[in-house]
Amino acid sequence: MFWFRLKRTVKLGGKSLWMHRLRSTLTTLGIVFGVCSVIAMLAIGQGASQEAQAAIAKLGSTNVIVKTVKPPATQTITAETESLSQYGLTYDDAESFRETIPNVQVVVPLFRMTEQAWYRMRKAQMDIVGTVPWYPEVAPVHLLRGRFLTAQDMEYRRNVCVVDEQVADQLFIVDDPLGRDIKVKGAYYQVVGVVTSIGATSLGSEDAANMIASDTHASGLIGNVYICLTTFKNIFGETQVQYPGTTRTTERVELQEVTVKVGSIDQIPITQQILESILDRTHTKKDYQVVVPFELLRQARKSKRIYTIVLSSIAAISLLVGGIGIMNIMLASVSERTREIGIRRAMGAKRRDIIFQFLSETVMLTLSGGLLGIIIGILIPYFVTHYSNMPTVVTPLSLILAFGISGAVGIIFGLYPAYRAAHMDPIESLRHE
Amino acid sequence: MAIVSIEKLCKEYQLGTFTVPALRDMDLTFEEGEYAAIMGPSGSGKSTLLNVLGCLDRPTSGRYFLGDRDVSNLSDDELSYIRGQRIGFIFQSYNLIPQLNIIENIEVPMFYQGWPEGKSEQKARQLADMVGLSDRLKHRPFELSGGQQQRVAIARALANDPLIILADEPTGNLDTESGKDILKLLNSLCEQGKTLIVVTHDAGVGQRAERIIHLLDGRIERIEKNGRHRPEKVETHAQIPPVET
Repeated sequence: MFWFRLKRTVKLGGKSLWMHRLRSTLTTLGIVFGVCSVIAMLAIGQGASQEAQAAIAKLGSTNVIVKTVKPPATQTITAETESLSQYGLTYDDAESFRETIPNVQVVVPLFRMTEQAWYRMRKAQMDIVGTVPWYPEVAPVHLLRGRFLTAQDMEYRRNVCVVDEQVADQLFIVDDPLGRDIKVKGAYYQVVGVVTSIGATSLGSEDAANMIASDTHASGLIGNVYICLTTFKNIFGETQVQYPGTTRTTERVELQEVTVKVGSIDQIPITQQILESILDRTHTKKDYQVVVPFELLRQARKSKRIYTIVLSSIAAISLLVGGIGIMNIMLASVSERTREIGIRRAMGAKRRDIIFQFLSETVMLTLSGGLLGIIIGILIPYFVTHYSNMPTVVTPLSLILAFGISGAVGIIFGLYPAYRAAHMDPIESLRHE
Repeated sequence: MAIVSIEKLCKEYQLGTFTVPALRDMDLTFEEGEYAAIMGPSGSGKSTLLNVLGCLDRPTSGRYFLGDRDVSNLSDDELSYIRGQRIGFIFQSYNLIPQLNIIENIEVPMFYQGWPEGKSEQKARQLADMVGLSDRLKHRPFELSGGQQQRVAIARALANDPLIILADEPTGNLDTESGKDILKLLNSLCEQGKTLIVVTHDAGVGQRAERIIHLLDGRIERIEKNGRHRPEKVETHAQIPPVET
């Protein structure tokens, strides 16, 4: 009985709405835009936050990373035309981390430089990473073929390297990289292994947002070539000479980055404290920065929560506006169809029949708006991902929520017009022109 | 047997501080199968009487029996139910629902009585056939002439086998030719034993009725018996003679 009535009412509502196609379409636009913008923004936000969290997770949640930062220039240096500035983390620092910090599992020093790498006639910009054989313990690189760097490589300063998939794809294309040589700054390195790409672990900025930006830049764009730190220093030396303008600056930096891995997340705060106190003692200039991925992760989650709150309020406002628009049109529709209401009442329709009829029309209107909004809301993130490489994630929950809310908007904003329709005087309505 | 009887029926309207009496102490009965006309000048209470008889309005005082039931003090829902079940309406301006086709328009009263879809459609087809519109079932009202629309309205009024059919100026919007057709159709309904009450200005329409009730100032002025022989109640649902379009 109820289903029969529902079916007929829906059929009738569809006819009435179809009769005023343009009006119905324009009316639902508010809901369509509300729903699609919510879904699209949620998808983009979710994508960005997942990417950020993944990027942070890549840094390792049990890692504490200390980076070399160029200290602010002092007067003594600017006065000279040629200067040798020495700053940053040193081998001694790395050594003292390893010795003084309790529960430390590994300490990984690292030096990185972007250089042109050659294979035969092909060249590409690569990140040359000088590091140690136990580097894979702090970074999510997985050996695909061959081997990683070894203690022997380190000790004998062998000219061997391990490349990631990115390099293999860009430089070797179809050739098998294993056993081939690549040339960097006049020196040849034999490829002994291939590992997965991780993007960059470089984390030069203070806040998470910058970190994400620099990471998206690095991820997948520049390949990493891993060589032994000893070999690296042998070839490149300890000083870097730069010619930023007319002056020549010479910098001496021993290590760019030291990653300390501890046993568990609980030990991170104390480790950070100890690290800072060690560095405080030995470094008079503030030429280092401590980055805690776990801390960044927490910040990222917090900012995601704020983002969600802001987004939901925007969504609520847009749906409210859409709902008011729908109520307005339904009120107009009710007064336009006064005569129809009178006829139906004369033919035996009870008040609740009239309420049911108009309410179901409103709900149909908002639900179809919601459906259209969902479709557009899925398409927008799809195109965003397709054209701008921004990751997006459309969660099923957001779709269900959007559909449910558009139905609820229909009921809430349809009740009053339906009530008005049902409480018209049948005699007056029949007389209505 | 009296199918409709009203006793000391009064209806008053409140216009600001004034009370305007529209019907005063009216006593009236209608027999089953009767064809009655209600006539009178504007303001004589015709429409008010029709609204009360049609259960669209409640009397201020007095009693109204429709069939075996006192309907003078029912709730809105009960009145809706009674309207749907016992009363068929025919209006001057047809009052079909524009977005529905002919079949669906005829089905409206059955829908509100909760008839299953198949059954109501079958009945609607029968009725459309009876009023001579079986070839227009899927047309919408605006695609039909006035006379055809009024025939749809008559079919709709018959949908729930009502006790009485109330017609308010059924030929008022029609040209003479179509008006005649509609009157013929109404006549044939009467011959089938339906009770028909017509409100009209048109003396020509009134003359077809067995009894003409003249109203004036909310009172029955006089009742005119028409000499016409009242046909025996026909039990079988004989095919109504086709109406020229």
